Amino acid sequence: MKTIYFNKFYKSFNILSGILIIASLVFLVFKGLNFGVDFKGGTLIELRTDKSSANITEIRDSFNQMNLGDVSVKNFGNETDFVVKFEKQNSNDPQFIEEIKTKLSNSIGTVDFRRVENVGPKVSAELLRSGVIAIALSLAAMLLYIWIRFEWQFSLGAILALFHDVIITLGVFSVFSLEINLSIVAAVLTIVGYSMNDTVVIFDRVRENLRKYADVKIFELTNISINETLSRTIITSVTTLLALLSIFIFGGEILKGFSLAMILGVIFGTYSSIYIANPVLVSLKVSQRTIVKEEKE
Amino acid sequence: MLYFSKLRVFSVLIFTLIISYFTISNFTKVDDEFFSKNIKLGLDLQGGSYLLLEIDNEPVITQRLQSKVLEFKKFFKDKNIKVRNFVIEDKSIIFDVENSKIEEVKSLLDDDKSEINPYFQQYKSHQFNIENMDTSFKLEFSDYGLVLLKNSSLDQAIEIVRRRVDEVGTNEPNILKRGNDRILVELPGLDDPGRIKSLLGKTANLTFQFISSSSEESFGTEKLSFEDGSSEAIVSKRIVLSGDNLMDAKPTMNNQTNETVVSFSLDRVGAKKFGKATSNGVGKRLAIVLDGKIISAPEVREPIIGGNGQISGNFTFQSATDLALLLRSGALPAPLNIIEERTVGPDLGKDSINAGIMSLIIGFILVVAFMFYKYRFFGLIANLALITNLFLLVGILTLFEATLTLPGIAGIILTVGMAVDANVLIFERIKEELKNENNSIVAFDSGYTKSRTTILDANITTLIAAVILFFMGSGPIKGFSITLGVGILTTLFSVYFIARLITAYYVIKNKHKEKLI
Repeated sequence: MKTIYFNKFYKSFNILSGILIIASLVFLVFKGLNFGVDFKGGTLIELRTDKSSANITEIRDSFNQMNLGDVSVKNFGNETDFVVKFEKQNSNDPQFIEEIKTKLSNSIGTVDFRRVENVGPKVSAELLRSGVIAIALSLAAMLLYIWIRFEWQFSLGAILALFHDVIITLGVFSVFSLEINLSIVAAVLTIVGYSMNDTVVIFDRVRENLRKYADVKIFELTNISINETLSRTIITSVTTLLALLSIFIFGGEILKGFSLAMILGVIFGTYSSIYIANPVLVSLKVSQRTIVKEEKE
Repeated sequence: MLYFSKLRVFSVLIFTLIISYFTISNFTKVDDEFFSKNIKLGLDLQGGSYLLLEIDNEPVITQRLQSKVLEFKKFFKDKNIKVRNFVIEDKSIIFDVENSKIEEVKSLLDDDKSEINPYFQQYKSHQFNIENMDTSFKLEFSDYGLVLLKNSSLDQAIEIVRRRVDEVGTNEPNILKRGNDRILVELPGLDDPGRIKSLLGKTANLTFQFISSSSEESFGTEKLSFEDGSSEAIVSKRIVLSGDNLMDAKPTMNNQTNETVVSFSLDRVGAKKFGKATSNGVGKRLAIVLDGKIISAPEVREPIIGGNGQISGNFTFQSATDLALLLRSGALPAPLNIIEERTVGPDLGKDSINAGIMSLIIGFILVVAFMFYKYRFFGLIANLALITNLFLLVGILTLFEATLTLPGIAGIILTVGMAVDANVLIFERIKEELKNENNSIVAFDSGYTKSRTTILDANITTLIAAVILFFMGSGPIKGFSITLGVGILTTLFSVYFIARLITAYYVIKNKHKEKLI
């Protein structure tokens, strides 16, 4: 196979990644994330109307008349399916949902509530906290694992790549106001695993090649290693993306956000293994002595 | 790496067949409990309701402090110590002691063998923490005292919740403790939790109290409103009888008035008390009070001695049934608040299963086709490993009766996509080895050996993410972490035992062929 000179573009892609990360951080800080009821509290109702002519404004209007706080109505897959979210969560009134259903039926005809989620403020705060802890813990666990398995220069590269993927994926969610719920946390954790997995495969090869070729500069060496593992990188990301695309397209509305986050994560993860993790090794001037010294100790 | 002993081949096959059997058992019917296991579907797939209840312990604490005050009064009286000005304030008991007895009271309360303020050796803590300023003492629950109290009220509450849910008769409800003040109720197949919610939302504290003759609220009486909100009445605080003495309650039809009523029967102590009170109170109105609201207040026409009575109050048959159910199951120690509710209708669940299976099939076909296109014969080996992997994964989930959720199905599909990675790593490595090595057996062998650490590294990272998710996630997300984690283990098995076994046979047979892979 022809050698591709990935290393020629280290600088330009690093600049691009830097811009993307800063842009993501700016969006995350100033625009923030669109938290769903899991993390913000409130009520979510997925409903199906009788007739396909049911109008989204009609539904919004009738919900607005019910005094439920901020209401958002979105089409959900089919023409007849909608997701309604509002701030109020009054679980202690057992008739709360029933009353909404009656009022709604009066104004727009028969509706079927397919899903109701009602999360109180205490629970949503706890879910948010445990989500953040889970992501932080997994980053820490990855750091620990890679620190045991590799030299610190490699660990730094892998972790930077990891942060890159997580930040940019969340940045995309912020830019497009995509909803963050419990399944997105699961997706982010899986991205962390995948990104690490991808980086480790290339790093294993870099380390092996460091032992093999004493006189090749790390700039060249990373490129050799990327090329040697390239067909694996491509095949695995293609099969993973095929599986994820299949969930995205056929898996129903509930899994859309989850699979989208994973798709973004796999793309960024594959990219960052090449263009973040490896340049770090280059700028830290990793050489055969780096691993030999460590192994002697 | 290519050598397999006969015993090993045999055990791999047996293991695979046994586990795979449980995958198939999901689709067959066998008359044996162990062999007809089915995978458990999560609430998001089979439809149902998930309720998280939190006990409001404030009233319990106040109640316990009130009874503790009585204990203290008696205790100090017996010891001939004068204490006064008992107040309950800010969840603590405050009282004054005469000057000469301060030290004595201190030692009575602070002693490891204190009768009134028990000391728990194993927790190094008294039931109450004591603060002393001059003649004034302040007692409040210690952390452990509070935990003890919360646990006991949780134990009581969970029992009552279980009785109420069982009485409604839903399918295999799942009722669990969460922490020390929460109860999780899962009700599969229930798409309208309204009735259960209203049953669990009631404390169901039933009391019988006489209506006072005076029209002003005074010491010893309280003003209560009627259930229907129509009017109020002044009621004596003295409780004639409470729900504790109830033995049974059921909805019946009163033949005279043609009205639905709840008839109840009392235990012996209750019947005696009730008989005595009603004998003295002929002509007075007796209020039947549920959770601070008067249901009805009929006039006592004659003494009720047999221990049987009726509660009337404009009931429908449904509301009478519910009240009877509440009275039979007993009162909750404290009010319960529903702090989280998730309900999925059965048809959405079915749609989710269909969508999940559809995307699994399509994802699987795409991956299999791609692998065949890339590796031809070895693609077939990888695909066979992938199929075995799926059978093992579903089989293990079935065998351990893990709960399959919608994100769990996503985890299986993701496993399909990522599982081929290990075989790809191996095949690519073998291709490289073949460039420098003429003996294909040696090349295959070193391909397997050299890729092993990488494969382990790559899978351990994903496993770490899955394990953390398992411990931090809840409900459906837990389902995802289970399939992802188990998927990694079955992947490694199918790659190193199934795929390697077939590869070994093939390579040894065709070792002289050019361009094996």
